[in-house]
Amino acid sequence: MKAIGKLLLLGLMMAGLVLPCYAEKIVIEGSTTVLPIAQKAAEEFMDMHSGANLSVRGGGSSVGIASMIDGTCDIADASRAIKDTELDKAMTNGRDPVAHIVAMDGIAVIVHPSSRINALSKKQVKAIFTGQISDWSQVGGQPGKIVAISRDSSSGTYEAFGELVLDKQKPRADALLQASNQAVTQTVARTPAAIGYVGLGYVSSSVKALEIDGVMPSKETVLSGKYPVTRPLFMYTNGQPQGAIKEFMDFVKSEQGQRIAEEEGFVGLK
Amino acid sequence: MFSHEINEMVRLKEKIYQWIFSILAFSSLFFLVGIIIVLFKESLPLFSKIKLSSFLFGKSWYPTFDPAEFGILPLILASLWVTFGALLVCVPLGIGSALYLNELAGHKQKAILKPLIEILASIPSIVYGFFGMVVMAPFLQNLLDLPIGLCAFTASIILGIMAVPTVCSIAEDALSYVPAAFREASFALGANRWQTLIKVVIPAAGSGISTAIILGISRAIGETMTVLMVAGGAAVIPKSFFDPVRPMTAAIAAEMGEAPLGSLHYHALFSIALILFLVTFVFNIIAELISRRFRLKLGLAG
Repeated sequence: MKAIGKLLLLGLMMAGLVLPCYAEKIVIEGSTTVLPIAQKAAEEFMDMHSGANLSVRGGGSSVGIASMIDGTCDIADASRAIKDTELDKAMTNGRDPVAHIVAMDGIAVIVHPSSRINALSKKQVKAIFTGQISDWSQVGGQPGKIVAISRDSSSGTYEAFGELVLDKQKPRADALLQASNQAVTQTVARTPAAIGYVGLGYVSSSVKALEIDGVMPSKETVLSGKYPVTRPLFMYTNGQPQGAIKEFMDFVKSEQGQRIAEEEGFVGLK
Repeated sequence: MFSHEINEMVRLKEKIYQWIFSILAFSSLFFLVGIIIVLFKESLPLFSKIKLSSFLFGKSWYPTFDPAEFGILPLILASLWVTFGALLVCVPLGIGSALYLNELAGHKQKAILKPLIEILASIPSIVYGFFGMVVMAPFLQNLLDLPIGLCAFTASIILGIMAVPTVCSIAEDALSYVPAAFREASFALGANRWQTLIKVVIPAAGSGISTAIILGISRAIGETMTVLMVAGGAAVIPKSFFDPVRPMTAAIAAEMGEAPLGSLHYHALFSIALILFLVTFVFNIIAELISRRFRLKLGLAG
């Protein structure tokens, strides 16, 4: 028993001595939308490169970019482009954010499968989510109150939807706020009068995705840009990536990395 | 000489023990003061940019919008609304169970029932939330033909059930503290069981029961996970029980993770926490004062 204890102690001490010898640790932080890609890519990257040490965190696009500006992360995941105010702050901190598009994301507008609605215009979706339209009969559906389901105000999907569809107008205050894409899908699936929006990867058979301006959301229409509610997903690095960070970024953009993005429900660039 | 030394040792030991235990006892005070300081320090920066009145009475909560709006009236009213609803559930259930346990239940029944009710308190709140989201909300939605089951009504019911053990347990203690002599005197005067209960026992335990209700309120207003999952999360001033609402706790829990450190939004969330803290603090002090008077009245404390 005692011998085992000593052995363990020795092992621990050796590990303590050896660990710092590994390559520098790469910290990835930011958007919860990009998180699954970053997480999976980091895992596969570490499997391939035994010395690599990556740590991946969520937190949201704003948090990721702020961390990169402060120098507490190496790669910032973002589901939106960097804002001018953030860029200014980066400049004063002597940082040079470089954008890498790692995948495309289409935001699908979803309703309950029993809904009579199959298609809406972007204008109608905007009117529904800003509160000008609040009864389904106003857009040709079964009369009844529209239950609008939105994302929490700090989510990247919320911001992207606000920019792409709402033209930066305020969403209606009585929209239900859900904490994740899955929660929105589940709530819409259970609520006949609901309408919500989620990343393309979260559309399941329990809900119905709508045609927007006559275009059905799909990989093809998102990649070609025909589908109107489309956004690129970013990873930001400080300056052109070098060393291990460059290797990782190349991996994410490689065919294997893009396959990961596809598996996580986004649209790969290749 | 020798015995003197031993005496000295014992006295020193006693002093050390005394010190250790006073430190332990005062550590909660230390934490409390620490929390209050942090709450004030992190929330005050908000008020250099936003007036207190427009924070407390502002009707729109758009913390990430440009320009951001930080009006928390909808959140305050939502908290009060679901707490009021929870009271309507937990007071009759909690007090009713306490009366049954104390007055009617036999020893065997009481030995089984009381621990069972207290087990309700040990279920993690996320389990209640999940139950509310997956079972209760769809059920009520179909039953009452609501547009959406995630609303103040569902949240109130779940919160009410969660507060039952608090209310029941404290109210039952209060009833059991009523000296047997009170009852015996009442019976001796020819009052029946019901009359004794209504005219003697409940008035005697009255302040203990009020304490139970107030602690139930504290429990409901501070509950987070359940309202986050069940209340719907819409930051509007509630007009009916069937509206989705966003209580203060839910707003803090949902938004804190993604509010950039040091931003106005971050400070605003701390300000909400401060207000929530002050509200529960006041409730707890009132409960403490009432229960102290109660113990005094029954001659249980000096």
